[in-house]
Amino acid sequence: MTAAPDAPAPPAGRLSGLPRVLRLIGGTALSLAITLLGLLLVTFIIGRVVPIDPVLAIVGERATTAQYEATRLALGLDEPMWKQFAIYVGNAVQGDLGQSLRTKREVSEDIIRYFPATLELATIATLFGVLVGVPAGVLAATRPGTWVDQIVRIVGLMGYSMPVFWLGLLALLVFYGILGWVGGPGRLDAGFSMMFELDVEQRTGMILIDTALAGEWAMFRNAISHIILPSAVLGYTSMAYISRMTRSFMMNELGQEYITTARVKGMPEWRVVWVHALKNVMVPLITVIALSYAYLLEGSVLTETIFAWPGLGSYITDALFAADMPAVLGGTVVVGVVFVTLNMASDLLYRLVDPRAR
Amino acid sequence: MTLLSVKDLRVTFDTEAGRVEAVRGVSFSLGRERLGIVGESGSGKTMTGRSVLRLIRPPGRIEATEMVFDGTDLLRASEREMRALRGQRIAMVMQDPKYSLNPVMKVGAQLTEGLRQRDGMSARAARLKAIEALEAVQIRGPERVMEAYPHELSGGMGQRVMIAMMLIPNPDLLIADEPTSALDVTVQAEVLSILDGLVRDRGMGLIFISHDLRLVGRFCDRVLVMYKGRVVEELEAKNLMQAEHPYTRGLLNCLPRIGGSRAPLPGLDRAAEWAE
Repeated sequence: MTAAPDAPAPPAGRLSGLPRVLRLIGGTALSLAITLLGLLLVTFIIGRVVPIDPVLAIVGERATTAQYEATRLALGLDEPMWKQFAIYVGNAVQGDLGQSLRTKREVSEDIIRYFPATLELATIATLFGVLVGVPAGVLAATRPGTWVDQIVRIVGLMGYSMPVFWLGLLALLVFYGILGWVGGPGRLDAGFSMMFELDVEQRTGMILIDTALAGEWAMFRNAISHIILPSAVLGYTSMAYISRMTRSFMMNELGQEYITTARVKGMPEWRVVWVHALKNVMVPLITVIALSYAYLLEGSVLTETIFAWPGLGSYITDALFAADMPAVLGGTVVVGVVFVTLNMASDLLYRLVDPRAR
Repeated sequence: MTLLSVKDLRVTFDTEAGRVEAVRGVSFSLGRERLGIVGESGSGKTMTGRSVLRLIRPPGRIEATEMVFDGTDLLRASEREMRALRGQRIAMVMQDPKYSLNPVMKVGAQLTEGLRQRDGMSARAARLKAIEALEAVQIRGPERVMEAYPHELSGGMGQRVMIAMMLIPNPDLLIADEPTSALDVTVQAEVLSILDGLVRDRGMGLIFISHDLRLVGRFCDRVLVMYKGRVVEELEAKNLMQAEHPYTRGLLNCLPRIGGSRAPLPGLDRAAEWAE
């Protein structure tokens, strides 16, 4: 080794001419595109191999042969496979996922109606999971073996092991049925529901945001009283997961030498834990949080059913029972896009938090 | 004047496999001088150093009949008093800057942390002071180093940053725990001479912990030789070659010499009775 350089050298790379951020985003976008193409290929193949005739499903059993042929041509099913796939990808890129057999609307239109409900629910549930789970995990890690640790462990274990439909029903029974503290199933009370459809401009489809933007505070409060229970039930599971992971990451960091350094410098214990160690814990934790958020964004069928929540999970399930393949596959594509995008976002965020990964 | 006095220090760990005694009755006192502590891995030298800062993690326990630093009883001081000592008066440089610097914080933020948090200094003043400290450890272009992350520094640079960070509050006592063992040989001498100069100029006490007896002999005034948690010999560094204890003699003889005989080096004697 030669003498130590006195300043860090800029990281050398193949494309070191470009700014680092641009390279990072460019690379991410490219791998995003390839992943999504693979996803479309899978849904395309599923659509072709399921034993449901897409033409028959549209025209019905009593259609004439001429009608059947006409629809077949309109769907492009006489073209060679590769061309069909190209058309499918072309349409999907433009947001055209076909028409739902059940609702007779464009699948994309349906998803725009249903997805915001899931997004709203999953976001609040994840916030709950992070805001409770991370501090709980940190507290448990700094006091291993004490009653604090035991409580976090038991509460987390219950979150893992209780079936969500049972927990949801129980929560509804207690907090809505008996105590009456929160709103019941659905996103709003019936009266507000009509008002929301007719009077409030739906910019995002998320009731909390739209009513806040419109200044409809009574409706906003009502929406909160409805979302609090399902999001807490959903968030409980991610909280259990996040707190366990936080605990183990934090235990690991607290044994590192830089923690001793911070203590040698005379830093108070809260700063050692919540600044020095937590900054390092955030690096692996970002992936954990992103994965649990992505999981919730797929729409949780059970929770949405119990709380009559018109989200993506119940949409896809209903479509599946109606053998509505365009809706099922369209929903699958959307879920896939959400999942992949979130993964990429966590990847970018990860590099932002960890200077070594840049 | 005695800066630190330690009598019958014991560090024990109650583990599931039974009690482990890492340090078993170590006594020494230290003025504004350089004390070397030498021993193999596991001889208890690191634990001795960390006991002074009371930074042994549970289930480790520190016991002693006396442990006094400049009038403060380290055994009975509250955690708050210990923190005040740690930040200001006793500092420690650890072995490997790769692990002892926080990997996700910029060097500048770590250097100025004590000044900003404890002394309530403004960002500007703290920055100037940190740059001054980096210059004192002979880092050129300190402004750039302030903006760097630890992984962007070489080992020698990292250790100089560590020394700068620990010397910012001008402590009375510095514990250097194998400060050069993780560094390349070419850099070792450089870092040592920087450390030497600073300790000498500021007249602070130094506890230099190392496994390298000859290095400690050159660098310190007095040497404690530890074996299995006990001090087996204490002697003036200049009398090192006249060491009497067979263990010390063994440590002296286990290093090869350029141009010396090529016969196998003698193995280190580890007689059980020395540990009694």
